[in-house]
Amino acid sequence: MLADIDATLAAHPPQLKHHFDDSEQQLESSTLGMWVFLLTEIMFFGGMFGGYTVYRNMYPDAFASTSHFMNVTLGGFNTGVLICSSLTMALAVRAAQLGNKKTLIWFLIFTLILGCVFLVVKYFEYHEKWVDHHIPGPGFRYEETQYFRQAQILFFLYFAMTGMHAMHMIVGAGLLTTLIVMAARNKFSALWYTPVEMIGLYWHFVDIVWIFLFPLLYLIGHTK
Amino acid sequence: MTHKVVPVKNYVFIFLILIALTITTVLVSKIELGEYNFIVAMTIAVIKGTLVVLFFMHVKGASAMTKLFVGAGFFWLAILLVFVLSDYNSRGWLPGPKWW
Repeated sequence: MLADIDATLAAHPPQLKHHFDDSEQQLESSTLGMWVFLLTEIMFFGGMFGGYTVYRNMYPDAFASTSHFMNVTLGGFNTGVLICSSLTMALAVRAAQLGNKKTLIWFLIFTLILGCVFLVVKYFEYHEKWVDHHIPGPGFRYEETQYFRQAQILFFLYFAMTGMHAMHMIVGAGLLTTLIVMAARNKFSALWYTPVEMIGLYWHFVDIVWIFLFPLLYLIGHTK
Repeated sequence: MTHKVVPVKNYVFIFLILIALTITTVLVSKIELGEYNFIVAMTIAVIKGTLVVLFFMHVKGASAMTKLFVGAGFFWLAILLVFVLSDYNSRGWLPGPKWW
């Protein structure tokens, strides 16, 4: 009798939804679905990268001139922060795979803290742009007056792209908080930790966007 | 159901490469290479992105279906950029009709 129950449980563990053949198929479906979502994100950011490419081709000198007003130290620091947070996220997923609740929660908290550090640094960068009148619009001022109009395009793209990226970071911070609460309530086990892995994918994706934004926005024309 | 557990040292190794590449890209941006500045910066960014996708996002050990989807995503992004650029860069190559 008891052996029967054991056999049933082994064939059909509690985390397995009924419409899947087995746990492997269930995880595969989640992974594929998450990637399809990330593909729409690639297309979304791709449109902005496309716009950037077109305007940079049209006004290469104006775009290069803006680099002197970008804070490479803060941008580079933030790149490092995001790469660190990707590492802690990867280690959080690993802890989840091993069913190690304490390690999982700690790595999620580290990731959340690093994400917040990124946003705080971003705030100081935006503040710098505000003080320097580098926000496109009626208050815009530019030191190299011949590029006044064209440089505004770059600063508009800068705020649109880093702004959308920061929005994704804020959403990611909310998702991480949810994961921490779920982990603390023992929702995950070595058998089922799909949300940790899927939000991990999202977090790494946001990191990749920044990996491309950093050289494109900060490092265009430093040799000139 | 678990994906294969990867040793910590593999993650740390990839992390160190990513940090090294970030420092490299900042240093190279200060050297005058003309057109090659952009090419080097983008090459490094693509390498970094690929490392994150393959090792942090576990696409390396993923199923063929997932790999196909990921590949398709970046292929479509390439279509977007290549076609937009070929449009803008080839404007004016041919004389337009009189009523243009």
